[in-house]
Parts: sequence; structure tokens; C-alpha cells
Amino acid sequence: MMLELLISGLLILIKLVLIFGVVLGLAAYLVLAERKILGRMQMRPGPNRTGPFGLIQPLADLIKLLSKEDFMPADADKLVYLFAPGLTALVALLTFAVVPFSPPLHIFGRELPMVVCDLNVGVLYFLAFSSLAVYGVVLGGWASGSKYALIGSIRALSQLVSYELAMGLAIAPVIMAARSFSLTDIVMAQSQLPFILTQPLGFLIFVVCIFAESKRTPFDMPEAENEIVAGFHTEYSGMRFGLFFVGEYINLVILGSMTTVFFLGGWHGPLLPPIVWFAGKALFVAFVFIWVRGSQPRLRYDQLMNIGWKVLLPLGLLNLLVTGAALLWMNG
Amino acid sequence: MGLWRDISGTWKPMWITLRYLFRKPVTIEYPEQKRTPPPRYRAQLILTRDPEGKERCVACYLCSAACPVDCISLQAAEDADGRRYAAWFRVNFARCIFCGLCTEACPTLAIQTSIHYEICKRDPLSLVFEKEDLLVDHGGKDKFYNFYQHAGIGVCKPRGGGDGEYGPVDVKDLLP
Ligand code: SF4
Ligand code: SF4
Repeated sequence: MMLELLISGLLILIKLVLIFGVVLGLAAYLVLAERKILGRMQMRPGPNRTGPFGLIQPLADLIKLLSKEDFMPADADKLVYLFAPGLTALVALLTFAVVPFSPPLHIFGRELPMVVCDLNVGVLYFLAFSSLAVYGVVLGGWASGSKYALIGSIRALSQLVSYELAMGLAIAPVIMAARSFSLTDIVMAQSQLPFILTQPLGFLIFVVCIFAESKRTPFDMPEAENEIVAGFHTEYSGMRFGLFFVGEYINLVILGSMTTVFFLGGWHGPLLPPIVWFAGKALFVAFVFIWVRGSQPRLRYDQLMNIGWKVLLPLGLLNLLVTGAALLWMNG
Repeated sequence: MGLWRDISGTWKPMWITLRYLFRKPVTIEYPEQKRTPPPRYRAQLILTRDPEGKERCVACYLCSAACPVDCISLQAAEDADGRRYAAWFRVNFARCIFCGLCTEACPTLAIQTSIHYEICKRDPLSLVFEKEDLLVDHGGKDKFYNFYQHAGIGVCKPRGGGDGEYGPVDVKDLLP
């Protein structure tokens, strides 16, 4: 009995450490991948000095960030300023808890679900934490006591209210079709057909919303380098800036995973093992993020509000209506 | 129509960046790969010599006067035969902006730009080049120009002894 418990506990611990390590490693290497891909798009090689193909660049970046001065502006709100970057990174890491990336594994005669925590309200958890993530940004900008940071955080808030609703509405038909709030069930429901084929409109709305959610081009108004220095993280330096940075890239991994879960069929796919399919799809979405960053200009934030409220929201409602009608009609 | 234009306007840059992703970078990997600059590249300054192997500089101070950042200083001196030269000649490359105005001002083609561009140093003081560092034993961009063959009146040779010159005219032979 005791031994049973110990093995279970150990397995869970190994799983947690593995997921944690993989997510952080992915985030670090996404930075490198982004720099290399953006570089190649501009006909330059990107970082290639540290190690073969610049592969230990993330380590060099880490050392650099750790050894930099941890600067705090004189009229910053000390406590909030110190903990805001941690909030961003923490929220991003916690969101990954509900991502199911493979069907349950069978080891030592017991079933080990390949998700940290299979909540039956996983979708709501994801939506809640994606809204929470903006707190790190807003508080960090607010507490910096600098006008650029303040403008950045106000923009982050205005951005949040413009895309949030549409994002929820884009996922709602998926929940209706899967008849569950659990992400694992949603993936299970796509074993025949990924939802991108049955919900193309919902997919498009969702993609626009996650671009806004990730605060990256074309919706990177909160940190718009060439208008407001670095937006909300203007005053941050060293590892505190690093936490914002890591949070952004973990977010990228998560948004890729969420797109995969909601619309691209999760781990389902022929031939290859499920985990490879899942990672491939999620990383492809991350690549699309980078690709868009290399191609599209920044929008103004009134334009984002226009899109969010006047285009995405009505479209989302329409999609919801049509899906509901279709589901009722099919089920007689 | 407007919607279609917007969609194609969004897609086109994506397509272009995707194509460029698979092109070879044009970067020159500097310390390993070096590019020979074009011959008229303006990098480190040199003091050249005339075809006879003598220093071209006549210490006229024109380069020093023309330099917009005042980084050339020198001291004139005179040979036993009356030929002028620079006793010392100093260029502060920590200040030089490599504009090439000194080379345009120089009447003797003595000071010239060269393609030697790797002169970075850690200590700015080691960027102050003396005459020994600047002097080279060739003619630079013009191998054949010899100032004293054209001007240099009465210094290296008798009056009227230079290329394409003739001796002083005896004005009195026009008298009746
Ligand atoms: S190149 Fe320009 S800046 Fe440099 S010494 Fe000559 S005149 Fe001065
Ligand atoms: S380098 Fe040329 S311009 Fe400068 S002092 Fe010598 S002769 Fe004159």
C-alpha cells in the first residue's frame, strides 16, 4: 500500500518535472528559433556564434540577464513592481497545467494521464488564466511610475476588453460540439474530424484573438518599441525583464497547444506517436506566430477595438447561432 | 472589392517572407570571411612616396587645415637642398572620420586613403599614428606623379629644369 502510493507519487513528480523542464526549454529555444527564423526572412543568419548554429544562445542570454543590474525607478510602487513579472511567468506556467498533450499512458499497471491536471472545466481555466495574465502586464506597467509603462499597460487593458469576449465566443461552439468543458474530452471529440474543418469561422476568430492575447505583432501595442520605448516593461531590467520575456514565450507554447487542442485535433494523427503530432502542431502554430511577426505591421489599438467589437463579436455570435441550430437539427 | 484587397494585402507579405526564409543569407561572416574593399575605399590614411622613393609630403599644412575634426598635426622642416618635409606627422585615428578631405586638399598626393580598415584598438591612445606608422614605400593610387618635377621651382633642379618646362626667357632679346 505504502509502496503503491510512493510509486504513484514518484510518477507524478517525474511527470511534473519533465513537463516543467520541457515547457521552459521550449520557451528558451523558441526565442532562438524566432531570432533565427526572423533573421532568415531578412536574409541574415541570426545568432550563430554561441555554439554550433548558436544553439547555446539561450544559456548565454540567461547568464546575461542574471548578471545585469536589477534596476528599480525611484517612484515605483515597490512591492507591485517586484512581483508583477513573476505573476506573468507564473500564470503562463500554470495555464499549461490543463493542456492534454497525449492520451493517458500505462506504466506499472496504472494509468497516468498525460496532463498535469485534467480539470473538467479546463476551458474556463484557460480563459480565466489568459485574463489573469494581463494583470502582470498592467500591474508591472502601473507600478513602474513611468509614462511609457503606463501607456503600455493601459493599452494592454484596452486590448484585453476587445478580444476576450470574441475569444470566448469562438471557443463556445467547440464546447457545444464536444459537449464538455474538459480539454481531454474536446480532443477526444476530434478523433474523426478536427474542429478546424467543422468550425472554420470559429477557428479564424480564435486565431485573431490569440494573436491579440499573445501581445505580438500585429497586436503588440502594449510594448510597441518604436512608439513607447518598450511599453509595460520599459523600466524592467535583468531577470525581471527576463521573466516577462519567458512568460511571453511560454504563452506562445500555450497558445499553440490551445489552438491544437481546440481546432487542430490535439494528438490525433496517423502513423506518428500522438506526442509528436501534438508537439508538431503546437510548434507549427508557434511558427505561424513568428512568421506573422516577420511580415505584418502593427495596428493601432482603436483598430483592434474596431475589429474586436464590430467584426469578431458579431461573427462569433453568428457562428454560435449557426452551430447551435445545426446541432439541434442533427440531433433531431 | 475592398475586402479582397485587404486579404491579398495581408497574404502577400506573408508569402514574400516565406520565400525569403529559404534563400541563402547574404551575410559575410566577418572575422572568418573578409571582403576586399573597392580600391577607392576610404580607410586608414597613408603617406606615399614619389617615384624616386622620396617622401612626397612638403609639409604645407593643407591637409591639417582641411580636416574637419582637426586630427592631423605636423611640423615642417627643410632639407639642406631646400626641399621641405614633415619633421613629424601625426594622425589621430580615434578622431578621424575617414572623410578623405585631407587627400583632396593635398597638392602633392602625399596623403592618401588606403583600403586597410582593420585598425580597431582597445586603447584610443594607440590609435594615434606617427609618421613611421603612416609612411609607406610606394606611390599609392598614382605611382608616377612627382610633384617636384612639376613645381618645386629651384629646389631640386635649376629653374626651368622640370618636365615640360623651359629655361627663363631672355626678355632683352626682344629689344631692337
Ligand atoms: S580623412 Fe577626414 S577626418 Fe580623417 S584626417 Fe583626413 S580630413 Fe581629417
Ligand atoms: S600631406 Fe599633403 S597636404 Fe598634408 S602637409 Fe603634406 S603635402 Fe601638405
